[in-house]
Amino acid sequence: MDFITDHLLSLILFFPVFASLVILFLPKEQIKVVRWAALLASLVPLGLSIYLWFAFRPSMPGFQFEERYVWYEAINSTFHIGVDGLSLTMVLLTTLLTPVALLASFNIQDRVKPYMILFLLLETGMLGVFLALDLLIFFVFWEIGLVPMYFLINQWGSEKGERVIWGGIKVQARNYASLKFMVYTMAGSLGLLLAIQMLGVLFGDYDLPVLYEKWNALTSGTILGLSVSTVKAVAFWAFVIAFALKVPVWPFHTWLPDAHTEAPTAGSMILAGVMLKLGAYGFLRLVLPLYPVEAQKYAGTLAFLATMAIVFGAFAAYGQTDFKRLVAYSSVNHMGFVLLGIAAAAKAAGTLDAHIALSGAVLQMFNHGLSAAGMFFLVGVIYDRTHTRNLNEYGGLFPLVPVYGGILIFTSMASLGLPGLNGFVSEFMVVRGTWPILTVYTAISMLGLFFTGAYILKGIKQVLHGPVNKRWVDHISEINLREVIVMVPLMVLILVIGVYPAWIVDVINKAVTMLF
Amino acid sequence: MSTFAPDTLIAVLPELMLLLLGVVVLVLDPFWKETNRRLNLGWLTAAGLFATLIVSLLIGRPGEPTLALGGMVRFDLLGFTFKMFFIFAAAVTALLFMDTEHLGRRAEAYLLLLAATIGMNLMAAAADLVMLYLAIETTSIPLYVLAGFMTNDDKSNEAGFKYFLFGTLTSTIMLYGFSLVYGFSGTANLAEIGAGLGELNLLTVSFLFLVLVGLAFKVSLFPFHFWAPDVYEGAPTPVAGFLSTASKAAGFAVILRLLITAMPSLSDSWIWIIAILATLTMTVGNLIAMAQKNIKRMLAYSSIAHAGYALIGLVAYGKFGVATVVFYIMAYLLTNLAAFGVIAAVGRISGSEEFPAFYGLNRRNSTLSLVMLVAFLSLAGMPPFGGFVAKVFVFAAAIEAGWIWLAVVGVLNSIFGLYYYLTALKYIYLYRMEGEAEEQNPVPLTPAYSMALLVLTVGIVVMGVAFAPWFDLASSAVLNLF
Amino acid sequence: MQFPVLSIIVFTPMVAGLIILLMKPDRKTEIRMTALSAAAFALLLSIWVYFSYDKIAAGYQFIERYDWMPMLGISLYFGVDGMSAPLVLLTGIVMVTGVMISWGIDDRPREFFAFLFILASGVFGVFVSLDLFMLFFFYEIAVFPMYLLIAIWGWIQTREYAAMKLTLYLFIGSVVALVGALAMYWTSGAQTFDMLALAAANFSPEFQRLWFPFVFLGFAVLGGIFPFHNWSPDGHVAAPTAVSMFHAGVLMKLGAFAALRVGIMLLPEGAKFHMPWIIFLALINIVYGAFIAMVQTDFKYVIGFSSVSHMGLVMIGFATLTPEGLIGAGVQMFSHGVMTALFFAAVGMVYDRAHTREIPKLGGMAKPLPIVAVAVIIGSLVSMGMPGFSGFVAEFPIFMGIWKTQWLIAVIAAISIVVTAAYVLLVVRRVFFGEMPAEFEGHISPINVLDKAALVFLSSIMIGLGLFPALMVPWVQSGVQYVLSLLGGV
Repeated sequence: MDFITDHLLSLILFFPVFASLVILFLPKEQIKVVRWAALLASLVPLGLSIYLWFAFRPSMPGFQFEERYVWYEAINSTFHIGVDGLSLTMVLLTTLLTPVALLASFNIQDRVKPYMILFLLLETGMLGVFLALDLLIFFVFWEIGLVPMYFLINQWGSEKGERVIWGGIKVQARNYASLKFMVYTMAGSLGLLLAIQMLGVLFGDYDLPVLYEKWNALTSGTILGLSVSTVKAVAFWAFVIAFALKVPVWPFHTWLPDAHTEAPTAGSMILAGVMLKLGAYGFLRLVLPLYPVEAQKYAGTLAFLATMAIVFGAFAAYGQTDFKRLVAYSSVNHMGFVLLGIAAAAKAAGTLDAHIALSGAVLQMFNHGLSAAGMFFLVGVIYDRTHTRNLNEYGGLFPLVPVYGGILIFTSMASLGLPGLNGFVSEFMVVRGTWPILTVYTAISMLGLFFTGAYILKGIKQVLHGPVNKRWVDHISEINLREVIVMVPLMVLILVIGVYPAWIVDVINKAVTMLF
Repeated sequence: MSTFAPDTLIAVLPELMLLLLGVVVLVLDPFWKETNRRLNLGWLTAAGLFATLIVSLLIGRPGEPTLALGGMVRFDLLGFTFKMFFIFAAAVTALLFMDTEHLGRRAEAYLLLLAATIGMNLMAAAADLVMLYLAIETTSIPLYVLAGFMTNDDKSNEAGFKYFLFGTLTSTIMLYGFSLVYGFSGTANLAEIGAGLGELNLLTVSFLFLVLVGLAFKVSLFPFHFWAPDVYEGAPTPVAGFLSTASKAAGFAVILRLLITAMPSLSDSWIWIIAILATLTMTVGNLIAMAQKNIKRMLAYSSIAHAGYALIGLVAYGKFGVATVVFYIMAYLLTNLAAFGVIAAVGRISGSEEFPAFYGLNRRNSTLSLVMLVAFLSLAGMPPFGGFVAKVFVFAAAIEAGWIWLAVVGVLNSIFGLYYYLTALKYIYLYRMEGEAEEQNPVPLTPAYSMALLVLTVGIVVMGVAFAPWFDLASSAVLNLF
Repeated sequence: MQFPVLSIIVFTPMVAGLIILLMKPDRKTEIRMTALSAAAFALLLSIWVYFSYDKIAAGYQFIERYDWMPMLGISLYFGVDGMSAPLVLLTGIVMVTGVMISWGIDDRPREFFAFLFILASGVFGVFVSLDLFMLFFFYEIAVFPMYLLIAIWGWIQTREYAAMKLTLYLFIGSVVALVGALAMYWTSGAQTFDMLALAAANFSPEFQRLWFPFVFLGFAVLGGIFPFHNWSPDGHVAAPTAVSMFHAGVLMKLGAFAALRVGIMLLPEGAKFHMPWIIFLALINIVYGAFIAMVQTDFKYVIGFSSVSHMGLVMIGFATLTPEGLIGAGVQMFSHGVMTALFFAAVGMVYDRAHTREIPKLGGMAKPLPIVAVAVIIGSLVSMGMPGFSGFVAEFPIFMGIWKTQWLIAVIAAISIVVTAAYVLLVVRRVFFGEMPAEFEGHISPINVLDKAALVFLSSIMIGLGLFPALMVPWVQSGVQYVLSLLGGV
């Protein structure tokens, strides 16, 4: 028992890898065995993180369940992991969404074994980012997570669709999307990599707590022949760009619609559900603590970008005819709120408003994870049956698939921010917190919020309401048990958080207050 | 001192033994049946030469340098070392003669070989200008005949004739130089000449130039190298091998004796001249070799170039520098004999020495190809073969003496050399014979060839790997000059 | 006298090569088995040496010294330190996998393995030599077999040209360095080729500054430094698979290593003085190599130019003269060696079946060759420096070293990472995924167990080192400390 408690985080982090090694040796023809093995394996980290949730003490400052092992001694980087309220929430989200996504993947028939292995490796990659307390380890997991996702999109993504790139060459849409995703993120991370190298060279250490202290203590003098403030500003933007790309923040978001749309259903669930949060987490864990001064200075810019994301995301979603693309843009829209909250916290660090905004942002991360995953899954459900994602080709499906319709409406309402469901709580907190700090931007965001309602309602209407589309009569089956089971945990949490958010908001709030 | 005192006889022991051997061969020859003749001749000569080598090493080694035969001959380690080289080369050549058409069955060939060897021995040991000239002629005349031995072959005739003409001309010029210096110094003894030579003036310069003409011919240095490719190409291959190695070595021995013993005071001048000659020789030899289509001619030009490399050590002067020359000659002797031996082995089966005759040799006889590989890589200066060590030492000597540019020239030339040696190897390993009929056209090796090539190959590798004792020998030999 | 393990490692391949030459040419299986056993033996010994090396004590260990020619101070002097032990291990690894991959060579395998092993002996010899004469001796032994191996068993279209170009280039480089080495020998006044003694010889700064470029560049030619890298892509492409593995995997490291051992360690003042332009040249390697690789259509040329780029990283790591840079360069030599051996092995497998290396003509190879596809993916990830693999463990400290020197260079060099990622992903996708052209349907046979074993072996090493840097970094670190002490603690 002690072993588990002492190495709880390592277990959560590496169990998926271990499981994927086991799966490697399973015969690839036994698809059912492989699927169930993967699903059951993914429940272990979930169980452990639930245990972690209860064993965690929210009122204690600093990180808990820390583990530290020698890794790359020569450059003084250690394998240092730990949780605080912030990362705990994200860990829970990841370990929850992974089994849900795996269950959603049960309809994949092609090369199931590599698919499952990649998925599990992806889970480790994402968890690693959340748990890392060493900057180099952070970067390692940050980059590693890209590889499985690249292959998931590339190999199991939607088969139809072509893009024409320069030179008039036609490529498959999923190839285009996956490469764009990979190269964009890597290019964005390049600045991050360089800045990390610089920090390592300056301080000879990569440990985050150490860096927080030392980097912030460095306020005057010169680095590499330039003034400290200049270097910090450049490094700030290097970090910001890397994370902004991931969130994604307008105008670095262009990879997202393609990637989300072409990814397989479960891939989109994880991509929207967790991977986008990696970017936001980067802001919280690295940008704000390491660059408080610069963050404050450029908070206005960040807020501007966030607002653009909210508004343009909403407008773009409204104009989509592809259901999946609509949901993709809705992610841009929702993540904008996260960034808005972060911008507010940057601007007015330490105030109550900032704390509220930030708590709201973190909760939004969790909530959006749930609702986005749910939405993408539901899109996948209808696509499996109709083989089209074109909203115009649906119509009046409610009487044909009432259960599905009900679930879709429920999840959409969460996405829309209906009071009583989780989305409202987080968005309210963000708006409440940012209003005093960044009034204008908040006001403009309200416009976006209005259009959020518009596009969601439009989407639902086009799918479910109106005259029944003759095409689908007798050609569409109701949502099946497995699919319902996929949605159930999400819906339960959506409702619970909407009605009784205290259990999670408390943890988040305490962490936020202690950190910022 | 009596001319025939025991210590005198020891001084010329090898020559005496060779003379005896020649007589034995001459006498026994008519008694042999035609079928066995060449075998008997070859093995007898080779065995006899080998025996001479052993006996000389056992009892004929010199101690302190002394003069013998009335001051004509100098009995010292340098001369002795070179004599051993010549006898070894002759032994190997005798083995190669055996299976060469026209040459092998004729006792005259072997006798001429022995005669030439005696002459070379005397060249290396000469302490006197007259002796020197006699020795040179004793060497050259048999070699002229051997070069033109194959009277049915036009090329051989041409070779012999050309060699004779050039040779006589240049040795006459050299003789004139000798007489000049005898005239004003009053002595023909090398050491005495050297002591009294004084500095640069018209006489000494003339002496130097005239002597250099003859020597340059003998060693085929630019610009007196023109005869070599034609003569080597036309002469029977083992003869060409002998010419390019032993005869050249003899020439080097004379160069060392003359320049260092007889003209030490002019060293500043002749060092520069040698440096320039070496540069030109190396470069011209290598560049023209690259263009050759006949492997014998290619080797001829390569031999020319190698003389240039060896001279680099001489330019360095000093004990180390000259030792590297001797070491270079040693390694070069083994290597070039092996190369010509391979050509002979292939030539006698295919009848041609153009490159196409060598295509696909690896599939026809892989052992022979390996020997060629060893020989050519040694020529190129690659380890673990003697040629590598020899070149490194020669360059090292140049750098020590401050002749960096000369070392660089040598290095650049090695690169040219590498190009054509590798190309030759490419032909034997990669290219196919016409009709790809290698299996049906093997190149068999007779026992004599096998023994000769084996000994040479082992020698090349030994000199490349366990080179210390050989270099020590060279160093000790060279001390006699200073 | 302790067990002469280094001599055995050095001479085993040569002895095996001679034994193989004595075998009958048609006994092909015996020949291959002999080759494999000898290679495995050398590998086992090199693993033993590697793990027995005492990193705390550091310095040269497993020393053997036999006087060869006292008059000139030449001795057969062997020893390993933290920098050379991984390279000896690398050579063993590449030797074994190379033999495994070459199992199918049917045209005169006897000569092939004999020449390959002579090459291997030369390589081992250079890595462990502590006598400058012997270093050159073994260096040249490692050069000339390349000619024969490429010209005879290489790709028919360019083999003669590429073989000659490669051999001449490398020979030129080595003799230029030789001239410098001889100059060092005479000037030191110590009449010895012992490199440890020469390191203590205290050459004057002017001497060092004059001769450093000769020595460093002469060896760096083999390392592929711009603008003398031209032999490398052609050589890589023309060579048969195992020879390419050796060439890119080990031989180029020989050059970089010798440049370090003879150039930097014996002429430290010269190194410090000439550092800036060497960094500049290495930077060109990194960026130019990556861009040129991107536009190649022949798979092997892509890898060839990618090697030029990665070796640039090695040389820039050396040139920074910082601990991190040197550590990174040391690890990169090993990591890139394994990676490129894997790539060439994989390309060879594809080529043997598809008979083309033109990327536009290939496709869908992952289906019949799944293990090859995965191995190449792993290799690609290493190539772009993806964390979790050995490439990152190597490249990260190199960049730290560059930062310490000049941040702008780090930024420019980092561009190559993205370019590498782009082209490597594209190439892998085009060759292994997508539609397989009709002419290959049913013609792509699966790989045999030896090929599989080789690929798995190489991949595991890269992953292992990526996850556990402690498997190699401490060794390199101990070696680096000694180098830095010679530089006067930069």
